[in-house]
Amino acid sequence: MPETQDILFRTLADPTRRAIFERLCREGEQTVGALTAPSGVSQPAVSKHLGVLKLAGLVRDRHAGRQTHYSAQLGALAPLIDWTSQMAGFWQRRFDHLEDLLKRMDQ
Amino acid sequence: MSKRTTETRSVVVERDIPFPPEKIWRALTQPHLIEEWLMKNDFKPVVDHSFSFRREPQANWSGVVDCRVLAAEPNKTLSYTWGTLGLESVVTWTLTPTGTGTHLRMERTGFRPDQAQNYAGATHGWQKFLSNLEQVLVPTD
Repeated sequence: MPETQDILFRTLADPTRRAIFERLCREGEQTVGALTAPSGVSQPAVSKHLGVLKLAGLVRDRHAGRQTHYSAQLGALAPLIDWTSQMAGFWQRRFDHLEDLLKRMDQ
Repeated sequence: MSKRTTETRSVVVERDIPFPPEKIWRALTQPHLIEEWLMKNDFKPVVDHSFSFRREPQANWSGVVDCRVLAAEPNKTLSYTWGTLGLESVVTWTLTPTGTGTHLRMERTGFRPDQAQNYAGATHGWQKFLSNLEQVLVPTD
């Protein structure tokens, strides 16, 4: 499995970290403080998770004054979509249909 | 965003098909034929032509794939963008004549994360996103 996928699967395997990412997907940009409040985890722990998410390219940070705002980066999920697509055999089946059609077509 | 992500090679399917490139080209470029093996569409083999693939709307997904033709060299290569759920990738078909027919190769290359970033993450939660994906990737046929 390519390295990028390893990183993504590993990063999102942690339930707390995944919950933080899901929240950023659902609710948009958040500060560490806002993310900490409902998480049941300490702020340093949330910051650490955000650091790991950032390394995987799944979140981006934006500094505004003394606050750091985090947002989800959906584009970073691309390798997972690739993987899902490959496993689901979507294009393999399209090829099957295409071959069937070619057999039915005139010249 | 790491550079790696943009360079990720995504999906490649290759097959030797016992028909000449000209015939396969028709199946790849004529809307009524494309519909038979892929989806309903308003495709034209004209560079920059914007078109869409459509299937019946699903829960949380319009059933529409937004596309634009990037390259169309008759009987040789066809390439278009493939946009779903705010993520855009590129689908490229390459036809190479062989002694007995055609080697057909489909490659769907990386998304463009810069564009995906513009997409409001708020509109698609993770759960929703994956269930949508499933609908996009596993057609009901």
